Amino acid sequence: MEKKDYFDLYREMVVIRRIEEHSAELYQKGKIGGFLHLYIGQEAVCSGICSVKEPQDRIITSYRDHGWAISAGIELNAVMAELLGKADGCSQGKGGSMHMADVEKNFWGGHAIVGAHIPIAAGMALGDVYLGKDDAVTICVFGDGASNIGFFHEGLNLSKVWNLPVLWVCENNQYGMGTAVDRASAVSEIRLKAEGYGMRNERIDGMDVMTVRKKAAQILDSIRKEGGPYLLEIMTYRYRGHSMGDPERYREKDEVRKWEAEDPIGIFRKYLVEKGIATEDALNSQDEEAEKIVQEAVDFAEASPEPGDETLFEHIYAEPTPIEYRGYALEKKSEGK
Amino acid sequence: MARMSMREAISSALWEEMERDERVFIMGEEVGVWGGTYAVTKGFYDRFGEKRVRDTPIAEAAIVGGAIGAAMTGARPIAELMTINFAFVAMDHIVNEAAKLHYMFAGQIKLPLVIRTVSGAGRQLGATHSQTPDAIFAHFPGLKVVSPGTPADAKGLLKSAIRSEDPVLFIENATLYQVKGEVPEDKDYLEPLGKSKVQREGDDVTIVAYSKMVPAALEAAERLSAEGIEAEVVDLRSLRPLDMDPVVASFKRTNRAVIVEEGWRSYGVGSEVSARIYELAFDYVDAPVKRVAQAEVPLPYNARLEQLALPQIEDIYQAAKEVLYG
Ligand SMILES: Cc1ncc(C[n+]2csc(CCOP(=O)(O)OP(=O)(O)O)c2C)c(N)n1
Ligand SMILES: [Mg+2]
Repeated sequence: MEKKDYFDLYREMVVIRRIEEHSAELYQKGKIGGFLHLYIGQEAVCSGICSVKEPQDRIITSYRDHGWAISAGIELNAVMAELLGKADGCSQGKGGSMHMADVEKNFWGGHAIVGAHIPIAAGMALGDVYLGKDDAVTICVFGDGASNIGFFHEGLNLSKVWNLPVLWVCENNQYGMGTAVDRASAVSEIRLKAEGYGMRNERIDGMDVMTVRKKAAQILDSIRKEGGPYLLEIMTYRYRGHSMGDPERYREKDEVRKWEAEDPIGIFRKYLVEKGIATEDALNSQDEEAEKIVQEAVDFAEASPEPGDETLFEHIYAEPTPIEYRGYALEKKSEGK
Repeated sequence: MARMSMREAISSALWEEMERDERVFIMGEEVGVWGGTYAVTKGFYDRFGEKRVRDTPIAEAAIVGGAIGAAMTGARPIAELMTINFAFVAMDHIVNEAAKLHYMFAGQIKLPLVIRTVSGAGRQLGATHSQTPDAIFAHFPGLKVVSPGTPADAKGLLKSAIRSEDPVLFIENATLYQVKGEVPEDKDYLEPLGKSKVQREGDDVTIVAYSKMVPAALEAAERLSAEGIEAEVVDLRSLRPLDMDPVVASFKRTNRAVIVEEGWRSYGVGSEVSARIYELAFDYVDAPVKRVAQAEVPLPYNARLEQLALPQIEDIYQAAKEVLYG
């Protein structure tokens, strides 16, 4: 790793944190609507993995997708504009927080039905193999809670039966909404579920970005060389509620504080300073830089136009297809023309 | 009578029925420790304990399938699906099992089961989380589908659903939870399943609605009334069985109807109700029946676009004037 790579990685984690903090504020101000799931505390996972993925590797994830969108390379402006539902958003204001995508960046979306994207990931890997794109790995990210839904088991089994190049990434942040892992899953080590499918697996610490990075690089390499799926369980923690407005009756403040002491950004900072890679001052200026570009993205998003009325009827089908009903008022308007 | 919100009405129906009958229990995601995603079961976990208020894994097929199994053995489960959008994950169990077992085994199996869920749009939740697919579920004989529009009906209908020997899909609407109304306090207050109800009387035009569109229709009716037009608002309350009697009786007086639903128009509730009006009261038709519904797009996140796609009070008002004056 070059010095610049360390700085980039560090700054990206800070950017994600700031984006989420700003999002929380914008939500409170009513500028972001719907459900907003913050990624704060989990930054080392998306940053670590994306720092070693190849451009041809695909990413698909759940609704907790801002961090992944940013690490996958979507412009901050487009992420922020999407959060505000604006025309310049990566999904043109149609998707919102839970549904970001940019296929040019090989980021295939946040998906909001728990686990539904898991079989889809197997299918993307199938498509790559089928079409002869032999060096691509599909990286599929989901939560601990998602490992209890049928989709997970069907998807993992299929990926093993057909030996598909998928890196299954379970972000075990210890809760699915308010349900602790051991109250919902028969085994609290999610990686063990791979054993039932004869699949390679490992559980690692997700608060240390260097660990995530190193492991992910090894595994991606082995999938590329040997083929077949791999389940990587990454232990992490979300510092905020499940989504905005979570009463958080299911955990003690002390537990959150304990994990906040393990802050992935703090850990990486310490590592960089102790290894003599960066000085505190240099990192502080990275923090300032991060805050600056995030503020610019917020300004951009605020200034971005609302999507036009006609966009409501765009993208229902890929082929030109009649619109069956435009709603009462619009129907009247078009009749009057 | 007590004045309470829809949330409180539903909550009290659940509470009273659980106190009345030990066999009744709740299972679903976040119903216990969290207190229900929409706070409907707040306090239940402390009062009834984890045996009767069961937090499940995220596994809708197991929630509905498990509830069916428990009902087969004589328990009376109330399965909660966090929203109706997740009912698709449990579709096989709802459609191929719950709706069929009694018939297929010639009455040997009974399913005293309620599936509570939340439908509807308008909260910027995007395409997968904003659907109103109620009509789909009403397609299947063997399943009862209920969806109240007032707090009193919510309580009376839910209590009847819990006491019913048949599987009932009970569809709530998240944007109605705060709506308040007078609710009977009698512990045996029941509203019959499969009966429509006139929520407002009038002789000029019939507006048929259910769930969230009931308050919307009532508001449109007030605006019409200010102009001297008296609309009769018929609340379907139950999509299966569908009780057309009050609709037809009203239509025979008004000769004009507007049918309102939050979901998509094609193959929807309005399609069924208008077809039946033509079948049952063709000689009374003075103007083509109008349907007010959601534009046929998967709903967008953007607030303004979403509202553009959804049926508005203004649309109901305009449609009523059109069936009256062409
Ligand atoms: C099929 C389905 N059921 C329920 C939900 C509601 N829901 C959204 S997120 C969530 C918890 C998911 O937990 P986990 O997989 O651990 O991911 P995390 O939120 O912790 O990142 C639930 C129950 C949903 N979106 N889809
Ligand atoms: Mg989780």
